[in-house]
Amino acid sequence: MTGKPTPTPNADTSPFWEACNEDRLIVQTCRSCGHVQFYPRALCVKCESRDLNWRDAKPEGTVHSCTVVHRAPTPAFKEDAPYVLALIDLDDGFRMMMNVINCPPESVAIGMPVRIVFEDREGQKLPQAEPSANA
Amino acid sequence: MSQTAIISGVHNTKVGEVPGSTCMSLHTEAALGALEDAGLKLSDIDGVICAYALSENYPMLSSAFCEYVGAEPNFNAGLHGGGATGAMMVMQAAALVKSGTCRHVLCVTGDNRLTGMTRDKAVAALTEFGHPQFEQPYGISIPAAYALVAQRYLHETGATLEHLAALSVSHRAHAAMHPDAHMTKPITMDDVANARVISSPLRLLDCCLISDGGAALVVSAGDTRADLKKRPVTVLGAGQGHTHEHIVAAPSLIDFGCRTASARAFAAAGVKTDDIDVAEIYDSFTITLLIELESIGFFEKGTAGEAALNGELTHGGRLPCNTHGGLLSFGHSGAAGGMFHVVEAVRQLRGEADTRQVADAELAFVHGDGGILSAHCSLILGRA
Repeated sequence: MTGKPTPTPNADTSPFWEACNEDRLIVQTCRSCGHVQFYPRALCVKCESRDLNWRDAKPEGTVHSCTVVHRAPTPAFKEDAPYVLALIDLDDGFRMMMNVINCPPESVAIGMPVRIVFEDREGQKLPQAEPSANA
Repeated sequence: MSQTAIISGVHNTKVGEVPGSTCMSLHTEAALGALEDAGLKLSDIDGVICAYALSENYPMLSSAFCEYVGAEPNFNAGLHGGGATGAMMVMQAAALVKSGTCRHVLCVTGDNRLTGMTRDKAVAALTEFGHPQFEQPYGISIPAAYALVAQRYLHETGATLEHLAALSVSHRAHAAMHPDAHMTKPITMDDVANARVISSPLRLLDCCLISDGGAALVVSAGDTRADLKKRPVTVLGAGQGHTHEHIVAAPSLIDFGCRTASARAFAAAGVKTDDIDVAEIYDSFTITLLIELESIGFFEKGTAGEAALNGELTHGGRLPCNTHGGLLSFGHSGAAGGMFHVVEAVRQLRGEADTRQVADAELAFVHGDGGILSAHCSLILGRA
């Protein structure tokens, strides 16, 4: 038990989290207008259609922005600090928040290519980023 | 002639560590102060708007406040817009008096976040921040979310940490001129540069304070001005802009709803950025203010920091900004944080700002933002 928050899947998001547990990154797309959206919702925020679909996303992206968190928000993250919080632009055209792991925090920079790996957190796998160079 | 909306009274409590204060005591002191300033009694008030508080649990704070002071208004509502709440209250209250629904609307905020939060409450409040599935599992904090904005802004514009620091220093100098401010000890550029890193690139002195404090104001129908004690201030224009709540869903990290909100307010008032004499703009972090100054159009993208370094954002400069010291140094008490900006703008327009007074201030711009640059509300206020 780490005490860190784990996601509680709901009707919008359970396909996403189930795929994570199979080490797959999927993304919601609109059948009507083709919009790719993250996070998953009950409607397309571009065209208002409710005809949505899931597809596999390429598990690669780029750091859009990043910060080294020195002061953890809650006791559960204290041990990890300093850690990198980042917004990752996935190659398939959507943005997610992740930690950039498996590298020195100060080595992470905007524009850095990353690949998605999955961290097991109390039975739910979470997408995380690590430098593509690690591969 | 159609009804105008005026701000008839304002008040802020002492801000900082206010021992023995409670959410309700701060609300009451702020409200009674604003009424006295306007020359009105509680029985004159027919509309009440409150916000929210973290230090005490009131599911319906506005109702609890009315009950406590014995008010039975014909309009009563709570408003949750984070740091934009203060400006949003004025916009909402102005709509109420313009439509004839109310004559005098009392807007009240206050929280004793410094002395009134138990450790459990503080941790619980922090734990709740961020999207529960797509942000919280990664250890997001409010400073970290703003740091993501700051990092991208610095990357795209070439602005420097010195630019951010210049804002911390000028805000502290402004707060030193206000008798009610939380932090008045002067700071230097070196102090900012040497403060500990909270979330890179933001250091402790890039972050707002946590304070006890309250603020209130009364928005009245323009045709009541003969009943008022002081020269009122007119609400000339107001506007909002909303693009997201969570930073993971923000359409841009360097341009936000402040652009739309301010454009709507300027259009409603029929004035331009160049006409503004004094600006009171939300400054939860140094980066917040820098980005807003540019998105709103006071400065070109990437140039507000240089202007700050050159003294353009203080008395005698191009745009005296946050003359009370802002959230960075005057204080930040939840929804009252954004209300302090409105109160200061009114005092500037009335010529009541003592040593902080901007000479001949006739037109003020006020802006609040809530969340992570998520919810925005701008006001244009003018000397009536």
